Amino acid sequence: MENRINDEMIEHIGILAKLELSAKEREQAKEDMGKMLGYIDKMEELDTSGIEPLSHAFGIRNVFREDEEANGNMREDVLKNAPEEKDGMFLVPRTFEG
Amino acid sequence: MGKRYETVIGLEVHVELATKTKIFCGCPAAFGGAPNTHVCPVCTGMPGTLPVLNKKVLEYAVAVGLAANCKISEYCKFDRKNYFYPDNPQNYQISQLYLPICTDGGVEIETEAGKKTVGIHEIHMEEDAGKLIHDEWEDCSLVDYNRSGVPLLEIVSRPDMRNAEEVIAYLEKLRMMIQYLGASDCKLQEGSMRADVNLSVREEGAEKYGTRTEMKNLNSFRAIRRAIEGERERQMELLEAGGRVIQETRRWDDNKGESYAMRSKEDAKDYRYFPDPDLPPIVIDKAWLEEMKKAQPEFRPEKIKRYQKEYDIPDYDIEIITASKRMADIFEETVERCGQPKKVSNWLMVETLRLLKENGMEPEDIRFSPENLAKLIKMTDAKEINSSVAKEVFEAMFDRNADPEKYVEEQGLKTVNDESALREAVEKVIAGNPKSVEDYRNGKEKAIGFLVGQTMKEMKGKADPGEVNKLLREWLQEMKE
Ligand SMILES: [Zn+2]
Repeated sequence: MENRINDEMIEHIGILAKLELSAKEREQAKEDMGKMLGYIDKMEELDTSGIEPLSHAFGIRNVFREDEEANGNMREDVLKNAPEEKDGMFLVPRTFEG
Repeated sequence: MGKRYETVIGLEVHVELATKTKIFCGCPAAFGGAPNTHVCPVCTGMPGTLPVLNKKVLEYAVAVGLAANCKISEYCKFDRKNYFYPDNPQNYQISQLYLPICTDGGVEIETEAGKKTVGIHEIHMEEDAGKLIHDEWEDCSLVDYNRSGVPLLEIVSRPDMRNAEEVIAYLEKLRMMIQYLGASDCKLQEGSMRADVNLSVREEGAEKYGTRTEMKNLNSFRAIRRAIEGERERQMELLEAGGRVIQETRRWDDNKGESYAMRSKEDAKDYRYFPDPDLPPIVIDKAWLEEMKKAQPEFRPEKIKRYQKEYDIPDYDIEIITASKRMADIFEETVERCGQPKKVSNWLMVETLRLLKENGMEPEDIRFSPENLAKLIKMTDAKEINSSVAKEVFEAMFDRNADPEKYVEEQGLKTVNDESALREAVEKVIAGNPKSVEDYRNGKEKAIGFLVGQTMKEMKGKADPGEVNKLLREWLQEMKE
């Protein structure tokens, strides 16, 4: 079957995922994703009319928590996962607002 | 301009809910706090964490939906909206796309042109993002996740509005409704209510909508009005010059009074939504929905009717007081403590509105308590202070919720009921102002006002003007005889 994942699409997906791919990686990704689509196509052969899409694997519903504070100040622990920190904040590469 | 154009506007309004905690974790949702002190592994998107929905968020969403005449979905769920940005630590925002909690509603608005209904397409629940601060020194960005995971409602209207008046009437209606529910304080300046304006123009009579733009960063009613007028002009000029409108997101700069397009390549709107597998679906059965319907508070129309029955105050006062839930609460709680609805209403209608206006504040910003207002009214009734002192005391209450009893004590403002001190002052004023005394005795009634004023000055404002007036008249009468 013809691969529907073309160069343009791989380029677009790369931008969305913030990935820069080499020419070789791009070819590999095209092939892998094409295979995935082929697998989905196989499932599409099944007749699913009248079947509600599954939105949760366990069949559970209405899981809530009450509106009560449960967490104290975890700044120190959370900041351990920061690539870099400054003034109690996560330091990240410059982003443009707007 | 030869052609006549019609403006078509739809709104996306985000409202921060007044819950104690965030939407999916037990971190406080309160505004402020040092950076990253209201965070945990869930709201910073750490791997392996599990979000659990705050029940109060769902209840507020249903309450707002019911108030906006929406259908409440029996079955709803959450979806992931995928995008990369450092304010979004999970790399997706949990939102609702496929099955939102409320759909197909509408609210009635009123402008000078009359009444009309603005349709509501849907209302959904979602989480807020963190805050990015640019660090000039390091040429880097700093992220504070305190706001990450704060619950939001997004209320999406239909493109039913045609001008800025209707947009503002719609926003005011939503704000009042949501404040009545206690679901949010809806402050535009502080960002607890945010409105994005979708606007297009089309030739009058055209059936198809024109291409629309989305305007962001509107922090006041004034900015919204100016942005709508500016964008309408911009699009019309483009069309008149033979150009076309590009569908894009624009950012309003209120200082410059103009908007500019936000970059579009990186913002490619391809969010690849899919159901969030961490959150099970929500099923609202009839019994639960009935329960939530019963829990709806009294809204403005019912409140107006009740006030007309319960309180002997003019309809005009009722109109103004009930326009704000906060005002109405203060009114009711004060009357409960000291009775006298008309006097309570006067303090709200005159001094409170004046000071709010002078300070550029909203009723939600009022600091004085009903206890203190009731005390003040009781003190004036008992003639412990006169009306000009009462105004001064009220200003201190308005400023910092000062306790009127303590304030009067500390400032020595209590009315002097000491008869001899008052007589002494009257005597002094009469002796010192023979011209006015003469005028009064020659029938110039106005002269008494001057003498009362002088006596009040002599008493340093701490006398009861009615009492002074009475005493002066007696004295002058005696002198005549
Ligand atoms: Zn948290």
